[in-house]
Amino acid sequence: MFSYTIRRLLMLIPVLFGMTFIVFFMIRAIPGDPAQVILGQLATEEAINSLRAELGLDQPWFTQYFEYLKQLFTLDLGESLRTKTEVSEEIWPYLAATFELSFVALIIAVVVGVNAGIISAWFQKSWFDYTAMVVALVGVSMPIFWLGLMEQWMFSVQLDWLPPSKRENVKNPVETITHFYLIDTLIQGRMDQFIDVVKHLIMPGIALATIPMAIIARITRSSMLEVMRSDYIRTARAKGQKMFWVVYKHSLKNAVIPVLTVIGLQTGLLLGGAILTETIFSWPGIGRYIYNAIEFRDYPVIQSGILIVATIFVMINLIVDLLYALIDPRIKYN
Amino acid sequence: MAELARNNAPQKSLRGNSFLLWIEAWKSFKKNKLAVVGLFIVIVFIFLALSAPYITPEGINDQKLADRLLPPSSEHWLGTDDFGRDILSRVIHGARISLWVGFVSVIGSIVVGCFLGILAGYYGRWVDTIISRFFDIMLAFPSILLAIAIVSVLGPSLRNALIAIAIINVPNFGRLIRSKVLSIKQEEYVTAAKAIGMRDRRILFFHILPNSMAPIIVQGTLAIATAIIEAAALGFLGLGAEPPAPEWGKMLADSKNYLVQAPWTMFFPGIAIMLTVLGFNLMGDGLRDALDPRMKN
Amino acid sequence: MKKKSLFLSLVFIFILGIALVGCSTSTTENPPEQGETNDNNEETNDDQNQQSEDSSSESTLVFGRGADSVDLDPALVTDGESIKVTLNIYDTLVKYGDLDTSIEPSLATDWTTSDDGLTYTFNLREGVKFHDGTDFNAEAVVYNFERWANGDKSSFYYYSSMFGGFKGDEGHVIQEVKAVDELTVEFTLSRPQAPFLQNVAMPPFGIASPTALEEYGESFTENPVGTGPFVFQEWKRNDRIVLVKNENYWMEGYPKLESVIFVSIPDNATRLNELIAGEIDIADGVSPNDNTRVEEESDLQLFVRPSMNVGYLGLTNTRPPFDNKLVRQALNHAVDKEGIIAAFYSGQAVPAKNPLPPVIAGYNDDIDPYPYDLERAKELLAEAGYADGFEMELWAMPVPRPYMPDGQKVAEVIQNSFAQIGVSAKIVSYEWATYLEKARNGEADAFLLGWTGDNGDADNFMYVLLDKDNIGSNNYAYYSNDQLHDILIDAQSNPDQAKREELYKQAQEIIHEDAPWIPLVHSTPILGGKNNIKDFFAHPTGSQSLTKVYFE
Repeated sequence: MFSYTIRRLLMLIPVLFGMTFIVFFMIRAIPGDPAQVILGQLATEEAINSLRAELGLDQPWFTQYFEYLKQLFTLDLGESLRTKTEVSEEIWPYLAATFELSFVALIIAVVVGVNAGIISAWFQKSWFDYTAMVVALVGVSMPIFWLGLMEQWMFSVQLDWLPPSKRENVKNPVETITHFYLIDTLIQGRMDQFIDVVKHLIMPGIALATIPMAIIARITRSSMLEVMRSDYIRTARAKGQKMFWVVYKHSLKNAVIPVLTVIGLQTGLLLGGAILTETIFSWPGIGRYIYNAIEFRDYPVIQSGILIVATIFVMINLIVDLLYALIDPRIKYN
Repeated sequence: MAELARNNAPQKSLRGNSFLLWIEAWKSFKKNKLAVVGLFIVIVFIFLALSAPYITPEGINDQKLADRLLPPSSEHWLGTDDFGRDILSRVIHGARISLWVGFVSVIGSIVVGCFLGILAGYYGRWVDTIISRFFDIMLAFPSILLAIAIVSVLGPSLRNALIAIAIINVPNFGRLIRSKVLSIKQEEYVTAAKAIGMRDRRILFFHILPNSMAPIIVQGTLAIATAIIEAAALGFLGLGAEPPAPEWGKMLADSKNYLVQAPWTMFFPGIAIMLTVLGFNLMGDGLRDALDPRMKN
Repeated sequence: MKKKSLFLSLVFIFILGIALVGCSTSTTENPPEQGETNDNNEETNDDQNQQSEDSSSESTLVFGRGADSVDLDPALVTDGESIKVTLNIYDTLVKYGDLDTSIEPSLATDWTTSDDGLTYTFNLREGVKFHDGTDFNAEAVVYNFERWANGDKSSFYYYSSMFGGFKGDEGHVIQEVKAVDELTVEFTLSRPQAPFLQNVAMPPFGIASPTALEEYGESFTENPVGTGPFVFQEWKRNDRIVLVKNENYWMEGYPKLESVIFVSIPDNATRLNELIAGEIDIADGVSPNDNTRVEEESDLQLFVRPSMNVGYLGLTNTRPPFDNKLVRQALNHAVDKEGIIAAFYSGQAVPAKNPLPPVIAGYNDDIDPYPYDLERAKELLAEAGYADGFEMELWAMPVPRPYMPDGQKVAEVIQNSFAQIGVSAKIVSYEWATYLEKARNGEADAFLLGWTGDNGDADNFMYVLLDKDNIGSNNYAYYSNDQLHDILIDAQSNPDQAKREELYKQAQEIIHEDAPWIPLVHSTPILGGKNNIKDFFAHPTGSQSLTKVYFE
């Protein structure tokens, strides 16, 4: 196990390097001159040239690339061209917003998905089973940006139950500490704001949760069906225990693996889906941050933003793989 | 997950009786009700796409500003959009675009993926290392983010969206083929073919590729579903099809402004995307069960 | 291994438990319980809560708009969104009326002009202080004007375009700014400038605190200090700008609001939904299609901004085939302005035939517009040698503008009409700053653009947008006509208003004949707001002071 962990960690190194390489060159391939962008539309030729020199843009690419790596090693993510603030300073609120949203989505997906899966299996071929599985099938095929629009139409426009967008009530802004608004409001004991934040989270959370939820429900159901056929359950039944709870508990245990799988497989989907969800709900998360940066040709932000998201993604996959190996001895380490 | 896939037991040689295998697969596919529903949906949409110019009531770009945002009626079954264009006609034409992007991008990914996968699997050593690491790196980026970045580099257009989607799906096929090649390489008949002096290229074409068809078809069908969603997402973000093309994602983006006055402009393109994707997903699941029960998990 | 997996399962169940609890709190909408918690809260957190309650219900105005500011130093800005904010932080020497561009006293209480129109003397208001405590006086005015006059075009754009360049430039209008005494400033001009007071009143010439300028240097734009009704408090980029009341504002009893929050919500529809949901108080740039929605809501009202703008399709006059006057005239016949206005302005606009809007003195109403006539367009194209049409790029702006709420849609209508005369147009769009930059470089065949008047003078449309001096700046169409140039310069310096108007009418005839653009519309921008908002004056220049606004 230990050597496996080490090996996986070592394997990360070339991947991380490769990522910096790809990001670096992709950014440079985006049309538009950063110096021009910084100085604005009315800049003079000389000013642009001197800034290009200052930014090292007149250097050959490998010099630039090594400069870039050197900066990364000192955890210097560069300075946003637009806000003139260090990316490392301003990125956290955006990351926190995306984490909070993704976390809530994951919770919804797991809670609803696992329970729906278990109940479906228990009442196999009942109306609940059919409904749940049809919903799950449709859910997997759902374009979430469409779902988001439908939610807005339904709950904001028609019913007026939930706020249409953003993270908080602008008039009653949350005092930020950790930038996880659920936590911040609780620490400060502001229940009114907490409820506000929850209300803002519901629609984007559900939109983002839909696909993982559907997948979890399907996987849980099939693993549950296997469990129900096992000797263990038959024994329990023979002993006359209350069946449903036995199976339920057992299934929860079994649900660990599919859920982990989904977390591993779907983090990318969550992070990617976050861009679309954030667009629809004006959610100030990392996806919007990068997307806006692309629009404004804010190179350092695009570069570091993509790199950070990718690194998080890689790390989560690594952790999931390791947990997997830890839980399921059937998986070989080599 | 990756570990699991890589450790799949080598599959038995199916050469020689592959025709029988396909018949068997079709029989088992037919029994799967959901899969048949999926196939039916896919066929309907393919039919719509192919015959769009002949069956649509109106041209896709017949602007009638006086008739804008009309609700569904006997004249316009799905209503009209903000230019007074018939939504039904546009949704049907949209199938052409989405299916085109789906098929072409996936074929592109398969061709490139197969090429790289075979190189990696067959030649091993440093070739394998480089290609596999490259796939790892590609897969380290959330796919839609990578697609957005690629489109920003190439400039927004439908063609570039298609290219971006093709690129992001390459590693999936590459990995699949690579592991397939690795397992087949160990098979006796390949060793035998090598021993009798068969050339690499012949071995690849006559043994390895045919034996990899089943998983490619399964994966390919599912990938079309993903590609259609991704194309729509790019269109929705304004990075895909250009106006006046009736692309479903673009239509949804346009409908955002009429959520209240004309929600039907939002309903139908979305339903079209969902149904198409559902069709391909169901069909893909069915194919997987029929062709390669071991891939099921 | 088995133990471990059991342990992990337990952890998992525990997390699931928390999740379930979390979920049930999140979905419980149990009113009594909620009330209880709130009550408890008020007891423990009395001060905080009351404060927030006060400010949220009565005296905080949340202004939702399409984009964030670029800078908060008024001299640097060129975009309307920045000015909307700086206008409330800084005062100018003289200002515009609430709903027009007449000149009213502001930091200057009164002023005199010499007979030759070369000397302006301003008497300044007594006892005004900047937000940082610095005294406002004649020296401060001189300091600001000196700062701008010594700048360059890349920073103080408006200064150069309004006052003919910078110190040392040939056309520079302001020869000297002198502090006569503590509260008197004298401007000496190198040549008479008819709209001088109109220019000085423009928000970019807000007077900033010299102490703060020295102290913050480059970062002044993020730490703005003026004398205006509101004091800058916080700026979260892309999200919000918070201003609070200036307790010592010189206008007795104003401002009425305790604070103002500018929030950027790019999507028109979302912004309106936020307004209807009550999350914001005023929504800028309501899509014309949506004004019925605002009218339907009993607690909302519409604010109509008097029209002082033009939206147009510029044809880059140096790029073939647009260098051919016949082609430009042909395309002028091929745009259904009425259709566009009915569909995408909900009738809240009038078709344009001149580059300047009808409200501006000097508007030539005798011009006969090019009618929408595709047959005539084809004839002209054939005459120009393009009987089979041609291919072109049609650029559409990516963001809603007051003069054009949805450029993409307008472009699609035009694309459709052009297709009918054989001209195949490909719609192209770039991020807004890039769009302007590329169009300014003459890279577009044809581009949608527009202009909102800054100061209500014809010069601000005609000279700024179509004179050859402004090629590479706001003359995006690269239109150059020497005869027109002479007329415009004459009109600029001539102190006789009647004569000026005549000159501008003449200029419009030339422009109509040359057809460098397709003038499209003069729109009436609409804002939506809560019903209890009083004294909000939507100013024709697009940016308004919020000094007098209050909630009823």
